[in-house]
Amino acid sequence: MDLDQLKQKLLTMASHAEIAVNEALRALVERDYDLALRVKESDNVIDHLEVEIDEMAIHLLAKAPLASDLRLVTVAMKISQNLERVGDEATKIAKRARDLSQEPPVKIVVDLPRMAKLALDMLKAALDAFVNRDPVSARALIPRDKEVDGINKQITSQLAEHMVENPDAIKRCLNLITISRSLERIADHATNVAEEVVYLYEAQDIRHTGTKSGVAKATTA
Amino acid sequence: MNVTSSNHTIRKAKSLAMNGLCILCAALVILPLGLILFYLIQKGASSLNWAFFTGLPKSAGVPGGGMGNAIVGTLELLALASCIGVPIGVLGGVYLSEYGGERINTWIRFWADVLNGVPSIVWGMVAYALVVLPMKGFSAWAGALALAFIMIPLVLRTTEEVLVLVPRSYREAALALGLPQWKTIMRIILPTARRGIITGILLAMGRVAGETAPLLFTALGNDYWNKNLSKPIAALPLEIFNYSISPYDDWNRQAWAGALVLVAMTFCLSLSVRLFSTGRFQKNT
Amino acid sequence: MNLTMTPEETKTAPRGQADNAGTAAPRLQSKPIAASTTSPAVPALSVKNLSVFFGKHQVLKSVSLNIDARAVTAIIGPSGCGKSTFLRSLNRMHELVPTSRVEGDIRLFGEDIYSKSVEPVIVRRRVGMVFQKSNPFPTMSIGENVVVGLRLNGVRNRTLLAEQTEKSLRMAALWDEVKDRLNAPAISLSGGQQQRLCIARALAVQPEVLLMDEPASALDPLATSKIEDLIRELRKDYTIVIVTHNMQQAARASDYTAFFYMGDLVEFGPTAQIFTSPKQKRTEDYVTGRFG
Repeated sequence: MDLDQLKQKLLTMASHAEIAVNEALRALVERDYDLALRVKESDNVIDHLEVEIDEMAIHLLAKAPLASDLRLVTVAMKISQNLERVGDEATKIAKRARDLSQEPPVKIVVDLPRMAKLALDMLKAALDAFVNRDPVSARALIPRDKEVDGINKQITSQLAEHMVENPDAIKRCLNLITISRSLERIADHATNVAEEVVYLYEAQDIRHTGTKSGVAKATTA
Repeated sequence: MNVTSSNHTIRKAKSLAMNGLCILCAALVILPLGLILFYLIQKGASSLNWAFFTGLPKSAGVPGGGMGNAIVGTLELLALASCIGVPIGVLGGVYLSEYGGERINTWIRFWADVLNGVPSIVWGMVAYALVVLPMKGFSAWAGALALAFIMIPLVLRTTEEVLVLVPRSYREAALALGLPQWKTIMRIILPTARRGIITGILLAMGRVAGETAPLLFTALGNDYWNKNLSKPIAALPLEIFNYSISPYDDWNRQAWAGALVLVAMTFCLSLSVRLFSTGRFQKNT
Repeated sequence: MNLTMTPEETKTAPRGQADNAGTAAPRLQSKPIAASTTSPAVPALSVKNLSVFFGKHQVLKSVSLNIDARAVTAIIGPSGCGKSTFLRSLNRMHELVPTSRVEGDIRLFGEDIYSKSVEPVIVRRRVGMVFQKSNPFPTMSIGENVVVGLRLNGVRNRTLLAEQTEKSLRMAALWDEVKDRLNAPAISLSGGQQQRLCIARALAVQPEVLLMDEPASALDPLATSKIEDLIRELRKDYTIVIVTHNMQQAARASDYTAFFYMGDLVEFGPTAQIFTSPKQKRTEDYVTGRFG
């Protein structure tokens, strides 16, 4: 059925996005210039997939799907948009990683690796929840976004301080700040995907419920 | 290829032979009819004149005279029989189609078919017992009743068949408007089936127009104009019967003329049935 | 696509079912499109534990639901699920079948339509019906067809009849097309026009509720959309119940939808909710085309 094809394409796009983030982070850690370049190029694939998914979704909408089929189509469009942004963030990280690899490392230790792991885990969890039809796990990952936000703030202020004291490191610090922000955005996108998964499988819209707890009101059984 | 073509020739020959046989059979059916008509016209046309249509029978042996009273009498009997037979037949058909239950309908239809097959002279006897004896005399009423008995099962069956053909959806639509059932039947179903019902009536009339046996001892016949329906009345079949078994040539000739007129009447009735059912006379559809 | 929630059986499905405590509103509009300015106190039709039997065969099993006034309620379900029987029980048309038997209660604005003192004829004047195949009376003209319900019920006043003819034809969106040939035979109209004529005919007796049994299934798409537009217009003044097996039509044209399956009412709620996030798995399966 065409809905299955849509789902497959979405999954393909998801794995591309995951890989992109992974490789971008690896390029950062291993200071690998070539890897960074490859990430930038593969973003094209992700962009194409978004266009294809949107086209497929429109065609499917013309067939007037209903109930869970209808939700799948609209959710697919939203998830693909989020994944495309994730790809863009990965590209940004890769660009900064490329620049950083050309220069000696900064003297300050910041918790980027942990933040990267968190963000990456969130993304993976969100996509797994989609594949495994598991809205419970999706809800569970939403609170973790707070943690990522916290680390981002921490890193930003640490680097800001360092820049004041070490003006020659400004360029490198700015790059690191950008990377931190990209990771925070990736976590946000993962949260969005999780919210879409909950809507798809529970027919509940938990966006902007303010509590950011993801638990919202109890699921009626 | 040879085999196919010889098969083809054989098949063609067979086809032609069967076609020929069918045409022959059709001709065998139509031919006698044509011969009868021709004979009638030949024998009877010469006696058709104004006096024939308007005059009264003369006494035996006296030439001249006519069958005016018989022609009018037949028409009167038809009209009376229809007045009695048509309402009963139509209403019976309405009952069968609109009201009856499964079992009772089967019985009614069965008996209607049986009555259809009853010899017409038996109906004459029934009318004799019911009307002639109590009234102590023959009359147009008795004759009309006998004819009506023949008409009723016919009209009943044809009415029912036509009503059943009216699509169910009209009944549903009318009932859904809040119309009671009898109004639905009277104002919507019957008008829709009007053409078929009238065709049925005309057919029944055509059937009884030529009945002789039932009239023998009910209407009896009359040498004069009938002025009182409680008295005997002349009818064409009766006159033809009387005249043709008589020894007088003049009467024999008039009998042929009478037969011709009777056939012409039946022909007109059949023609109106045809014209009616093709809708020439209908206002809508 | 399995919903992970375990569905609960809905035996009674009052209107408020969709606003169950604890659920946030789904994305699509869940409030009915009919701007019921005040929620009607008395539902137009209130059905309680309705069971219909034809001989020994039970076609409807203890169905209960409320049909709101001035709203369009759609009845969907696979063939043989009892939706037409349900519709016909609302104006006692199922009684045309001699072996039919009804248990339970149906009230029209509070009045029991099955009570011994009520004649079916009266019920049918208040609850009109339009059928799947248009059936204008063939021996009558267009104008005569429209007011036949009035005329045969004794209305003689010519002015009144003429007014009602125009009013009903306007309501059925047919006036402009036929106003200068009211004397033409009704069967000279096209299929879609004939159906609108039947709607005008039903409206002329001024019913309170209009029942429609798959009114557009015999029509081409253009005529169908005209009928759907008409239904949306009529909703302002009439209560409409429409049986359809076309789910997109139900989704487009109705405010509430009831899903029947094998004689049971499986789910009833606002149309938007039934078609975006139904609560029952059977509804979900039917609506996404997995069976029926």
